Amino acid sequence: MDKKKLGCWLFFIALFLGPLYLTEFRLALMGKFLCFAIVALGICLIWGYTGILSLGHGVYFGIGAYCTAMYLKLESSNGQLPDFMEWSGVSALPAFWIPFSNPVFALGASLIVPALLASMLGFLTFKNRIKGVYFSLISQAVVVVFVTLFVAKQDWTGGTNGLTNFTTLFGFSLASPLVQIALYMLTVIILGLSFALAARLTNSRAGRVLSAVRDGENRVRFLGFNPTSYKVFVYSLSAALAGLAGTLFVLQVGLISPAMMGIIPSIEMVLWVAVGGRHSLIGAILGAVIVNSAKSFFSETYPDIWSIFLGLLFIIVVMFLPNGIVGAFESWNEKRNKAKQKGGTADAADSVVS
Amino acid sequence: MQPILSCRDVRVSFNGFQALQGVDLEVKPQEVRFLIGPNGAGKTTLLDVICGKTKASDGDVLYRQVENIRKLQEHEIVRLGITRKFQAPSIFANLTVWENLELSLKQERGLWSVMRAKMTGEGKEKMEAMLSRIGLMDQRDQLAGMLAHGQKQWLEIGMQLMQDPEILLLDEPIAGMSSTERHKTGELIHEISTACSVLIVEHDMEFVRNFSKQVTVMHEGKVLCEGTMSEIQQNEQVAEVYLGRRESAC
Repeated sequence: MDKKKLGCWLFFIALFLGPLYLTEFRLALMGKFLCFAIVALGICLIWGYTGILSLGHGVYFGIGAYCTAMYLKLESSNGQLPDFMEWSGVSALPAFWIPFSNPVFALGASLIVPALLASMLGFLTFKNRIKGVYFSLISQAVVVVFVTLFVAKQDWTGGTNGLTNFTTLFGFSLASPLVQIALYMLTVIILGLSFALAARLTNSRAGRVLSAVRDGENRVRFLGFNPTSYKVFVYSLSAALAGLAGTLFVLQVGLISPAMMGIIPSIEMVLWVAVGGRHSLIGAILGAVIVNSAKSFFSETYPDIWSIFLGLLFIIVVMFLPNGIVGAFESWNEKRNKAKQKGGTADAADSVVS
Repeated sequence: MQPILSCRDVRVSFNGFQALQGVDLEVKPQEVRFLIGPNGAGKTTLLDVICGKTKASDGDVLYRQVENIRKLQEHEIVRLGITRKFQAPSIFANLTVWENLELSLKQERGLWSVMRAKMTGEGKEKMEAMLSRIGLMDQRDQLAGMLAHGQKQWLEIGMQLMQDPEILLLDEPIAGMSSTERHKTGELIHEISTACSVLIVEHDMEFVRNFSKQVTVMHEGKVLCEGTMSEIQQNEQVAEVYLGRRESAC
């Protein structure tokens, strides 16, 4: 157990020292991947630990990103109407945009709006005992609704292009490499804190209730717990994490558009967790980093057929590593330990993949 | 003694099929009551109604004669002190035996109190006492899914007892158990009944004969008769619908 803890510390320290050994380009990519890792943590909580498959986390990521992007857009417009509104023929700032000129409000909203939306949606579905694939379908429908809405209300949201062309954050230029390094480090710290929070939750009695909901929701009811409140809580928490990730993403990438919150990104988010190992928080983080690194590696090296390689990666994981990379590693480790106990007679390394 | 649980004219229908057609049943404190009857008599459905899994379409289920629990949700009923063991063992396979019992402790089950919950010395003692009572001390840190069938059944009974129930509903607790396990279970049930009422659905007639005081016979969604096992064996109606057929089959 202590070995595990040490490993986690080393991992986060290595990430934190990234600016020392990564080029500016790689650092920017890594910063983006770590934002995705925060989303993956939330999905791991809700899917791996509680057994709810949400295929709609792109929405929460997107809403978080939009909330912060609205502030950035207003700041870069210097008190004037944002450019895309002018193009759409809007004459005055819409009322709901006005509070977003306050950064505290915008950053707060990027956490609270996704959490509130998730708790409303969660309350209605979980209270009515909608679960399994039906819940997944509803979460997909929510994605479609939001993407359509964001594209259609071009004068309010920037339409398909989304929000971009930001200049400063609290007066600091976003283009400056130092600011980017600071944002990267902030992302690592927030990822570490989110990880610690999630680890603490899953190791508490409440975390065991969540696993119990996954394994037998009815039994949980008959022990006097109300699964609805636990499910709503974990769903909102994971939505808030996605919103937080959206904020960090938009600060580093400088762009958010409806395409980044659509169905495909939402499903991809679940894939990261599946590849890393959905029963493990660190697995979720690794999954997000590995899949996205692989994606950028394949697309750089084989620009024509990179998506085939990515597809292969997914197929391999689904077929041979049902519990993801971390799950496979754990079962391999277990086998090795057992073999050791038996006196090392069995060939421990005979099947790493099965 | 006042009954702790009274069912009055309870009716349940599934898409027009009348599973319960007006059941009246009274259970007294510290009573062990067996429910028997042929398949489809509505025994399990009656347990489902009492614990809130199935909602009755009509009738009342009174707890301590005042509280009508018919429309409460499952977890609210449990919090009143009515717990249920299912026919197929339902435990949390991916948690250890110890963790299974931990979740079953009688405790504040709201989200915030559970998040702040710490293991108290008292809780620990209670769980350890339960482990030795159900004979799973050595399996304490094993995943519950790895237990043998009989052990799972015992764990589930233990999980119900951890909640200090007023009424314990057992659905075929000895199904799949060996004869020694059966006997131990029977004794455990009588031990339990010093603290709470037990309502048991059971098919095994020998077990009923050995461990029952009061038996209620159900047939086609109604209560046919009540009494001790020997009284019931004398009852011609019962012999006709149930025992006779069964006895001749044996």
